[in-house]
Amino acid sequence: MFLPYIKVGDWLIITLSTGLVIYLTLTLWTGELADKAVIRSGGKVFREVPLSHDQTIAVPGPLGISIIAIEHRRARIASDPSPRQYCVRQGWLQQAGEIAICLPNQVSVELVGSHKRYDSLNY
Amino acid sequence: MAATNAMTASITKMQESGVRSQESEACTQDTGEQNSESRILNPESRIPNPKPFILLQTTDEDHHVARMAAVALGLTLLEGAIPSPLPGVKPGLANIVTLIVLVRYGWRTAVWVSLLRVFAGSLLFGNFLTPGFFLSLSGALISLLMLSFARHLPQRWFGPVSHSILAAFAHISGQMTVVYFWLIPNAGLAYLLPVFAAAALVFGILNGIIAARFLKDN
Repeated sequence: MFLPYIKVGDWLIITLSTGLVIYLTLTLWTGELADKAVIRSGGKVFREVPLSHDQTIAVPGPLGISIIAIEHRRARIASDPSPRQYCVRQGWLQQAGEIAICLPNQVSVELVGSHKRYDSLNY
Repeated sequence: MAATNAMTASITKMQESGVRSQESEACTQDTGEQNSESRILNPESRIPNPKPFILLQTTDEDHHVARMAAVALGLTLLEGAIPSPLPGVKPGLANIVTLIVLVRYGWRTAVWVSLLRVFAGSLLFGNFLTPGFFLSLSGALISLLMLSFARHLPQRWFGPVSHSILAAFAHISGQMTVVYFWLIPNAGLAYLLPVFAAAALVFGILNGIIAARFLKDN
């Protein structure tokens, strides 16, 4: 009943846009929304902070103070006294399961969602 | 169609005769009647030669645009009564009118109808110059831009359904851009995108089919 109103090219557009919707859903919804960051210092949980509001947190470690920044539902280690700066260069963490560890200063930030899918992720 | 044209013609004729009767009344002021016009035309007025009222010269096309925009407005109001599961997900029924106008009368008329609907609709709903108004406006402008390209697609293969889907996607991308850069600069917005995109697809197809049906019937 609707078919006579849809032309060949219309079908092409419908197919392409359905593909786009599926692509958007898969890319934006599979990576689970991280909703809090667990900050550890010396192996113990230092703080658990929600990602919903932007803030910076100073975490003390054996070498000095690491600064952790939370912005736009992302978290990163903004500065750290470690010599090689691996965790700072790791940049923004966005998805649940991502983790940045500053080994020399024994500080880590891990993003968690509502349920944990992986024990850890490494790159 | 013929009947409406005749109606338009009679309206213009009435307006013309209206002008003439006003002029003749201005010449012979001493009728003794105390209606509003004669008060305006008071000979003791300090303003020389006061005009009874401003009469805009309108063309048939203006009437047509106004009529179409009125239909679109009616659909917008109707749509406001439909409860929506998620704020921002709306069928966009008024766009059916834009699609029909685009095919029948061209892009310029479609721009007129669409923008008149946005402005007059915001006045009716009382959200002129609020964020909601700017969201409708940005959506309408981007859709019209998209339609200006989409209407050049070969008509043999691409019909109103294509126009509708493309415009619907343009609409939400324009709105999401405004929302992200102006209202809610938060990456969490991306999680709503699949919902809006799916709604754009479904309602885009439906509106397109309805518009195609109207175009084929007449």
